[in-house]
Amino acid sequence: MIKSAYSFPTKKEKIENHIIVVWVDNESGALARVIGLFSGRGYNIDSLAVAEVDKKKNISRITIATSGTLQVLQQIKLQLGKLVPVHKVADFPKNKKTLLREMALLKVVSSKVKLEKAKKLCKKYKCTILDKTEKSFVLEVSALKKEIDELVKKLQPLGLASTSRTGVVAMTKGSEIYEQH
Amino acid sequence: MANLFTGAEIIFKVLEDQNVKHIFGYPGGAVLPIYDELKNHPKIKHILVRHEQGAGHAAEGYARSSGKAGVMLVTSGPGATNAVTALTDAYMDSVPLVCITGQVPTHLIGTDAFQECDTTGITRPCTKHNWLVKDVNKLSSILHKAFEVATTGRPGPVLVDIPKDIQFKKGKYTRFKEVKKNNKKSNINFIVKDNNIENAVDLIKKSSKPILYTGGGVINSGPEATELLRELVSITGFPITSTLQGLGAYPGDDDQFLGMLGMHGTYEANNAMHDCDLMINIGARFDDRITGKLDEFSPKSKKIHIDIDPSSINKNVNVDLAIVGDVKLVLKKLILSIKEKYPNFVDSNKQGISLWWKQIEMWRKKNSLGFLNSEEVIKPQYAVQRLYELTKAQDVFITTEVGQHQMWAAQHYKFNKPNRWMTSGGLGTMGYGLPAAIGVQVANPGKLVVDIAGEASVLMTMQEMSTAVQYNLPIKIFILNNQYMGMVRQWQELLHEKNYSESYTAALPDFVKLAEAYGCVGIRASKPDELDKKISEMLSVNKPVIFDCVVDKIENCYPMIPSGKAHNQMLLGKQDEEGTISEEGKVLV
Repeated sequence: MIKSAYSFPTKKEKIENHIIVVWVDNESGALARVIGLFSGRGYNIDSLAVAEVDKKKNISRITIATSGTLQVLQQIKLQLGKLVPVHKVADFPKNKKTLLREMALLKVVSSKVKLEKAKKLCKKYKCTILDKTEKSFVLEVSALKKEIDELVKKLQPLGLASTSRTGVVAMTKGSEIYEQH
Repeated sequence: MANLFTGAEIIFKVLEDQNVKHIFGYPGGAVLPIYDELKNHPKIKHILVRHEQGAGHAAEGYARSSGKAGVMLVTSGPGATNAVTALTDAYMDSVPLVCITGQVPTHLIGTDAFQECDTTGITRPCTKHNWLVKDVNKLSSILHKAFEVATTGRPGPVLVDIPKDIQFKKGKYTRFKEVKKNNKKSNINFIVKDNNIENAVDLIKKSSKPILYTGGGVINSGPEATELLRELVSITGFPITSTLQGLGAYPGDDDQFLGMLGMHGTYEANNAMHDCDLMINIGARFDDRITGKLDEFSPKSKKIHIDIDPSSINKNVNVDLAIVGDVKLVLKKLILSIKEKYPNFVDSNKQGISLWWKQIEMWRKKNSLGFLNSEEVIKPQYAVQRLYELTKAQDVFITTEVGQHQMWAAQHYKFNKPNRWMTSGGLGTMGYGLPAAIGVQVANPGKLVVDIAGEASVLMTMQEMSTAVQYNLPIKIFILNNQYMGMVRQWQELLHEKNYSESYTAALPDFVKLAEAYGCVGIRASKPDELDKKISEMLSVNKPVIFDCVVDKIENCYPMIPSGKAHNQMLLGKQDEEGTISEEGKVLV
């Protein structure tokens, strides 16, 4: 309740989930600037994915899943846009127009019977098995967060031993690409 | 093959190219090559401060009074960390500052070397941008870019961290390249959409209770912007109020000026903000000291917001019409559009806003800046008024520290020109005013520079008197000495049952003797009837002066919007105090 402000917020506004995509110069400190902005101003990061996407132009694409009121989300975009290494900022709505994917590597260590059960489950979730021994396998799954959550939950009683997951990446549907507004 | 220069030489070549005349700094191990090179550049004068924070505030004062970027040079580790307060101050108040720091040699970075710290890490959130230079061939382009980032768009501080080995290494020098036209981030010529201007003119035409609320952005936009603002006020006949940082953009003694608004603003300015039907925010940022309780902030008005920084729009207050752009460009278009559409707007509209002006005159009659004067003790407001009356004929530059004295200075000293008022508003840095005055005096030789100070604040950076003496900078430190951290004491009185916890300074130095110890002049005034004579004496001395003005110990700063209240719920004086602040209000800052 006690906040360092001259007045308390009284209006409760709706919290929305958004995917913010940022194109930055791939230089040391660029990610820290983006992340520092979020922590410094009290914005949320639900997940994060970063990689270089254009070697020639030296550009990285940062995908951040975040949540906040519309006013906060607007601020996030405008504040990001002010950073010197940032080229453009996009707000991908979490709806049918946006493709979202997460990837996970899951290691299952278990008895033969349970491994068989786990394999059946894998088929259902379109997993690829990357490594296999008598007692274990490692599978790769690429799906929505919700689906991976489900799979993880179902694999737990079947001997899920280790989980490695990425943050969400996003792409708009159709032929358009995101241009700077 | 191109000529090669050492890193240290490149730094000075950039400074010369950028037309830098003064740098404020303090030497140390990691900047020795740069200091060694200083002797070869007589065009650049180095001002040796006594603490790196002082260098930063001096550079800020220099920048704000001259409109140019301030430059500071400090060493690694403690040199850099001492600069952090000044950098943050400049960031909050949008002051263009270029800070050059030394760093341990590249191969020692990350080894916890002597005087090593993660300078770019520490200063990342308090600069517009910073760089760690790892390649001497990139040094010149980075430094030029640093000046560009600091001075364009919404101005602010930048930092360039240069390892010692880079200062020795030889590399190429590349000249300053003109800013590319379409770089949105650095170019100040944001595209102002014409229909926005038309919409603004429509709102202006329709309004019967308008107010202009202007801020530091007008001053940052340059002298032309202040001229245009004056024209806008004159062709509309609208009342105008200003934030703390905007003072001087519009003449403080003009009839259409309602005085400062906000927490310690005038009754008429705050009530006009609350009751208006059109608010035109020009270069201000709806700071919490301005808005008071957000939910009850100007509930009935349409709001236009003109700002160069798109992230200022809708950050605290949602507006109806946002115009992102440089104040001077926007005002030029706006004025032109008003003149085209309504050639004789001020006269044709006079009737429309006459009731509003009548209302404002009613509020004015409250005389909210009034105070009970005394013949026994010097009232701080009286001291500022006398200082104003005795100096107003000159072109005066005023700096302040932070606290009650700062608010009294803002209320009772009237500014007629921009760049004459340097105060720490956003960060509220006690100890800002003395070093800032040094920077102002360096930028404006021969002009009168006064730091209206409090005795607690000024002690935080008092060591810089030594700098003022060394460079014959005749700054006047006008201390309103009430022996209390006055604003802390005032809040404790109003919010903490008069428990004056640690807000009284029991062992203050004798400021007159202190002045003498520094080799400058000390003057004390303790009775109202000797004040004028003593102030005149201060003005006649062509040396730095510490003026110990012994004032009423328990005077409070009014009017005041108490915590958690709206603009129309001001306290005008002692009689209003009892029971106005709720339990809930007490936890707010």
